[in-house]
Amino acid sequence: MKYMLMMNTPGNGPYQIASWPHEDLVRHIQFMKSFARKLTAAGELVTAEGLSGPDQARRVRAGNDGKPITDGVFPEAKEFLAGYWIVQVDSAERAYQIAAEASAAPGKGGTPLNMPIEVREVMSEAPREWQE
Amino acid sequence: MAAPHAALQERLRALAPEVLGILCRRTKDFAAAEDAVQEALVAAAQHWAADGLPEQPRAWLVQVASRRLTDEVRMAIARRAREQTVVSLVPAEDQLALGADDDAAVDDDSLALLFMCCHPSLSPTSAIALTLRAVGGLTTVEIARAFLVPEATMAQRISRAKQSIRESGVPFERPDPQAFADRLGAVLHVLYLMFSEGYAASSGDAVVRTDLSGEAVRVTRLLHRLVPDEPEVAGLLALLLLTDARRAARTGPAGELVPLDQQDRARWDRQAIREGVALLDGALPKGRPGPYQLQAAVAALHDEAPSAAQTDWPQIVALYEVLRAQSDNPMVDLNHAIATAMVQGPAAGLALLDHLASDARLAGTHRLDAVRAHLLERAGDLPGAVALYRRAAGRTASTVERDYLLAMAARLNAPSAPGT
Repeated sequence: MKYMLMMNTPGNGPYQIASWPHEDLVRHIQFMKSFARKLTAAGELVTAEGLSGPDQARRVRAGNDGKPITDGVFPEAKEFLAGYWIVQVDSAERAYQIAAEASAAPGKGGTPLNMPIEVREVMSEAPREWQE
Repeated sequence: MAAPHAALQERLRALAPEVLGILCRRTKDFAAAEDAVQEALVAAAQHWAADGLPEQPRAWLVQVASRRLTDEVRMAIARRAREQTVVSLVPAEDQLALGADDDAAVDDDSLALLFMCCHPSLSPTSAIALTLRAVGGLTTVEIARAFLVPEATMAQRISRAKQSIRESGVPFERPDPQAFADRLGAVLHVLYLMFSEGYAASSGDAVVRTDLSGEAVRVTRLLHRLVPDEPEVAGLLALLLLTDARRAARTGPAGELVPLDQQDRARWDRQAIREGVALLDGALPKGRPGPYQLQAAVAALHDEAPSAAQTDWPQIVALYEVLRAQSDNPMVDLNHAIATAMVQGPAAGLALLDHLASDARLAGTHRLDAVRAHLLERAGDLPGAVALYRRAAGRTASTVERDYLLAMAARLNAPSAPGT
């Protein structure tokens, strides 16, 4: 089973991490790197990406002429998707475990952030006979 | 099947463009020839690993690939009675007739192949992928890994590139002298982008990534061997070597970015530097300095300097000025501003940046902010530097770069630092 783990961070302008002291920042970055290495070594990581900050985010819709209409910046947004992992695990419980570990990433002063991680199962492929 | 021995793999990759070139010349069907050669390479990897190298490896590959091609043609003819392709007009057996394949002819074919894969009608991404496969001899899986995309996606990208080559009727030949310079420029650009793609991603969890920078060096080396008198080809090869020489020092133990002025220069690859400098020394006296030779000259000045402070910055400023006169590239302007700041102080650099701020190609990018932040820091405006480092961090699409910029901001903002 595949799960997508979405890491949400508080909104309000650029990522809050930008204002952390140097050592906290380094500790956090190192946690994220070793976390990815650990998941890779366990054969559970499918992919992981960090996303650029809220200042870069745009919401796009097609206008009547089909051309893109863009919306943004979103300084007011309460929460922002900062990045995600897709993991392949044997159970939902394992996915929750991984999410909890990510949630406890060190924040300011090394205290766990306990940030919300949204866990969603990735829909699997349709049965063969449904495909062309 | 066990992974082929590294030396065997290297040998196969070097033979790939030669074999494909020979087949292209005979069949005039690049797409089919390319498929056949890939199959022959796979077969060779299996057989040679088990039984050792055949006496004439190239002839072996040509024969196996030709047989595949002949089978394909026969099957195609059987499938539809009418003959649609040029290939099918040539009796299948005749295509097996072995020509002389002397080394000069093989070189011509390799060159024609490279020009075909880097044809301006292809998008750079497609051209890079196709070059890696047809000239570099890499498998689709390896190329997919390099770009971090699924194999099926890369297979599709390559097959579409081959199709557009077929449709646009790009001939398999060395371009005529009039078009040669332009087409060579396109080839160099593709190789440069291939290198940059690998260089930008050369940190972090890169263990499984195919080494794009290394591949770019290898193919550029091949091109330099084929056209040794083209100074810009030598210039590009020099630039890639002189840049790649700093690779090991460019990232710290945790994969973090280490800027040029803080790199441990003892970790630079001296042999690559010597080779790059020698190439440049051979090219510059030809008196046709293009952008690659000039950039290589800048890289050489950095590589030969014992420290950032002892770098010949006035010379670098002069080189960037020549580059600016040759091309309208805002990245050159940015680097010019940095070098100027090193010679005349941060205020002079900042003044140049003010002129650049109105350039639409730079507006809103993280690079202008990052450079300005560096110069503000050197000028003593720490709050201004912190704000811009952070803004740049929010704008970059590179994780490594973001982490670096955030760390720069955090360092200046530390309670112990002055100015907070």
